[in-house]
Amino acid sequence: MKMIPCPLNGLRPAEEFAYGGEVRAMPDPASVDDARWAQYVFHRSGAPGVKREWWCHVPSGYWFVLDRDTTTDVVLGSWPAQDAPERAQ
Amino acid sequence: MSWRLLKIGLSPRHPEPRFFRQPGALRDHYDVVIIGAGGHGLATAYNLARTHGIRNIAVLEKGYIGSGNTGRNTTIIRSNYLTPEGVRFYDRSVALWKGLNDELGINLFYSTRGHYTLAHNDATLRTARWRAEVNKHLGVDSRVVGPEEIARALPMMDMSCGGHAPIVGALYHAPGAVARHDAVAWGYARAADRLGVEIHQNTEVTGLAIEGGRIRGVGTTRGFISTDCVVSAVAGYTPRILKMAGLTSPIYVHPLQAMVSEPLKPWLDPIIVSGSLHVYVSQTARGELVMGASLDPRELHTARSSREFVTNLAGHMLDMFPFLAGVKINRQWAGLADMTPDFAPIMGLTPVDGFYLDAGWGTWGFKATPVAGETMAGTVATGRNHPLIAGFDWWRFDRFELTGEKGAAAVGH
Repeated sequence: MKMIPCPLNGLRPAEEFAYGGEVRAMPDPASVDDARWAQYVFHRSGAPGVKREWWCHVPSGYWFVLDRDTTTDVVLGSWPAQDAPERAQ
Repeated sequence: MSWRLLKIGLSPRHPEPRFFRQPGALRDHYDVVIIGAGGHGLATAYNLARTHGIRNIAVLEKGYIGSGNTGRNTTIIRSNYLTPEGVRFYDRSVALWKGLNDELGINLFYSTRGHYTLAHNDATLRTARWRAEVNKHLGVDSRVVGPEEIARALPMMDMSCGGHAPIVGALYHAPGAVARHDAVAWGYARAADRLGVEIHQNTEVTGLAIEGGRIRGVGTTRGFISTDCVVSAVAGYTPRILKMAGLTSPIYVHPLQAMVSEPLKPWLDPIIVSGSLHVYVSQTARGELVMGASLDPRELHTARSSREFVTNLAGHMLDMFPFLAGVKINRQWAGLADMTPDFAPIMGLTPVDGFYLDAGWGTWGFKATPVAGETMAGTVATGRNHPLIAGFDWWRFDRFELTGEKGAAAVGH
């Protein structure tokens, strides 16, 4: 069974979690132009690699961030959102 | 075992002609390079050679032909889509499928079965009604049917689905069909090969040469090819190819899993889909039940399969067909689905001149194989998007004009 490390609840079965997509910075909606807004709304970094993602432990309703290699599904670390270390983009 | 087969087995040389040539070294230049020898890539090559007289073509495949999603899908063919763009496009495909046995000279086991999309609640029934009306308007045979008619057609199904998801109606689509997917790749490969197309297996693309916004060539594991025209038809590998072209897209990749049961006597003629229970199932000519479900819940670029998938799908199958409880599962596998935000493909021209995309095929690509070949070939030959793919163009996201096809997806992904 695939296990995922939750910063709050420890190692838990993957089925208890919801995947929230890659962590991405939202441009300022008031000042952004249409092209950049479309880029933000629709485009994704689709190629495989190590990505920082939002995950939620559903039973406890707890959102956190997690680094994962999307080629191998190996989790490299997980943190409360405010405590995540900087990573090279 | 037949005598003929025994003779072939004992012969020191292979007495049968090869299905297609095994070309030697890559040439320095091709008029068109197609990346991906799945159904779509091979159909594009075939149509370019047959209809447009472009025969100096190389189709590059990193594995063997049909080793990607062409050989991994659940082979369902239908045109009961939601948008007029989708319905016209897939209906053209169904028309082409019907003549494909003769055209390719191979038995594709194309079998028209009828296709039920079950509704377990009012919301699903509403979408079914919407799809039926759009379909009828465009001349496609779809209609909403009630529980009595479904029970008559499928007496072996538990109409209450275990008591927690009673069936309240269905979208019935008479032209729904299945076909033998490997034969599609082999048939197109042979037909293209006979017209002079070179199919290079075990040849992986490692880079794209782009100068001044124009494609100039393709780097491969077997050397560099110069060309002014590249078509990418690589499904779940599309983001990797786009990265080589310096492009980003809305495509995101999740695995899609499937499985088959042991062979059973024929008992299931139509194709059954339940969006709410996340099941689609049909019975093959040799009696296996082919079953699929929704996408895996997270991005992943490897075709691994999981125990959770089998457990969940088997549970939902038993809600519908409790008598299958003793049936064994023979195989399971996965493919990489290149999903788009609107569940419609991304086809045709791109911001790089001479670089064409046939992608965003997510969970709906197999049925489009013949029409994708026809429209991509037309697009490459003329340098303009074929009219049938106008709703699937690269720039629709920038215009905020999506082709919302999610309501016609087999299951709620």
